[in-house]
Amino acid sequence: MLEVEDIHSYYGDAHVLHGATLNVGKSEVVALLGRNGMGKTTLIRSIMGLSPPNVRQGAVRWKGESLLGVAPHLIARGGIALVPQGRRLFPSLTVTEHLTVLKPASATHGWTVAKAFEFFPRLGERRHHRGNQLSGGERQMLAVARALMIDPELILMDEPSEGLAPVMVQHLEGIIAELKRASLSILLVEQNLYSALAVADRVYILETGRVVHEAPAAEIARQPETLTRFLGVH
Amino acid sequence: MNSLNAFQLLNGLTFAALLFIVASGFTLIFGLLRIVNLAHGALYLLGGYAGYAAASASGNFFLGILAAMAVVAATGLVLDQGLLRFVRGYELRQVLLTLGVAFILNDMTLVIFGGDTYTVPAPEFLRGAVRFAGMFYPKYRLFVLALGILIFIALWLLLNKTRLGALIRAGVDDPEMIEAMGINIRRIFLLTFMLGAALAGLGGAVGGAFLTLYPSADAEILVFSLAVVIIGGRGSLVGAAVGALIVGLLNTVGQVMFPEFAYFVIFGPMAAILAFRPLGLFGKAA
Repeated sequence: MLEVEDIHSYYGDAHVLHGATLNVGKSEVVALLGRNGMGKTTLIRSIMGLSPPNVRQGAVRWKGESLLGVAPHLIARGGIALVPQGRRLFPSLTVTEHLTVLKPASATHGWTVAKAFEFFPRLGERRHHRGNQLSGGERQMLAVARALMIDPELILMDEPSEGLAPVMVQHLEGIIAELKRASLSILLVEQNLYSALAVADRVYILETGRVVHEAPAAEIARQPETLTRFLGVH
Repeated sequence: MNSLNAFQLLNGLTFAALLFIVASGFTLIFGLLRIVNLAHGALYLLGGYAGYAAASASGNFFLGILAAMAVVAATGLVLDQGLLRFVRGYELRQVLLTLGVAFILNDMTLVIFGGDTYTVPAPEFLRGAVRFAGMFYPKYRLFVLALGILIFIALWLLLNKTRLGALIRAGVDDPEMIEAMGINIRRIFLLTFMLGAALAGLGGAVGGAFLTLYPSADAEILVFSLAVVIIGGRGSLVGAAVGALIVGLLNTVGQVMFPEFAYFVIFGPMAAILAFRPLGLFGKAA
């Protein structure tokens, strides 16, 4: 569904992605691993059409059509949702407003406010709170719920486990598995290796702007030396 | 040194109401589009002249107000789509561009209306004074006070109770995220810019009936609006209301009690807020 082919992205003159290539299939969970500063978020922003960075070379295709140069809101309407790093909720909106601002409360198709609160009961209890009054876990749930309101086929999740307590990370893994069962595709950017391996089908490793390794998650889990080599973890 | 009486206090309040109407448009544009629209004063004056022309021709004050809002909203549309969209994201260019537009609009109104002073004709039922609390007070100024309160309520409802309002607030918080969520933020920007411009036009038509219209009126109202928004905090409706109250009342206090320092009384506190609380009383970090 999503194909990223040899893209080169720049922040001004800084060359950040040096030909990254990856793809995500239907209802597949793909993890993109790499240490800090290796270009993971740049890759996500490049796919979403957010600027900066500027993509100067390569191709990004969604269901066969090029996304380069397409405005972010049209990319989103095409079925790609973003759960950004740091959640980036709207501090002046209530929980409910985060959802209704994207789809009127009266809508009945796809993901509705009622369905979102059914999926995330905790958010339903806090519907009148503002984004900045939620706990870390609730914020992450709201960021996922917000993304679901555009009825995406692919969700780009940028470090969703960051700053969450272990029990919340487990909860998040459950949510990702459930979304996969609902035949959503997920591109998961993670530093938390074990969380990524728990949910991903395939894994890419990004190092200094290049994809240096690709393997099924199960295989990576069996090869600790790969992890040591690329990620410096033991 | 003179002390303040109730009449002067009311003058301060009614001036604050006018300032709020103008500055609410300024703060909407500043807050969401990050544009310091230095043409806002010129839009005010343009609205005043348009209101004068339409009200005089039709004999209906309220038609004048509607015409002022429509003309200035349309000018805002042209300004945003014709010029500002080419410098989106470049703050200095935007500021200089709007300054240039302010000069051009001024010259154009000078060509059409000359340097004379005009007064938008207020309707019959708002002329004269009412007697209450042992004094006579101009009806029209009370109308401006009521209108300011009405506009505050209407804008508050728009921003807090409608989907468009939630979109505008989300856009003030994080325009990139709202765009990544499938919303055409440029359309929201444009609507907000036109709404902000229309409020300047409304202020011009309403203010033109008691402050009169003359070629440098735009710069005066612009400087007051800047003070309101800096004190209140950009993008905040409540901030604009509180800022307008502070500036309106300080202006009266200054003129009555310290006429030699009338401007200092307003711009001294503004400078202090800029230095020590740059986001204003109700502002939030971008």
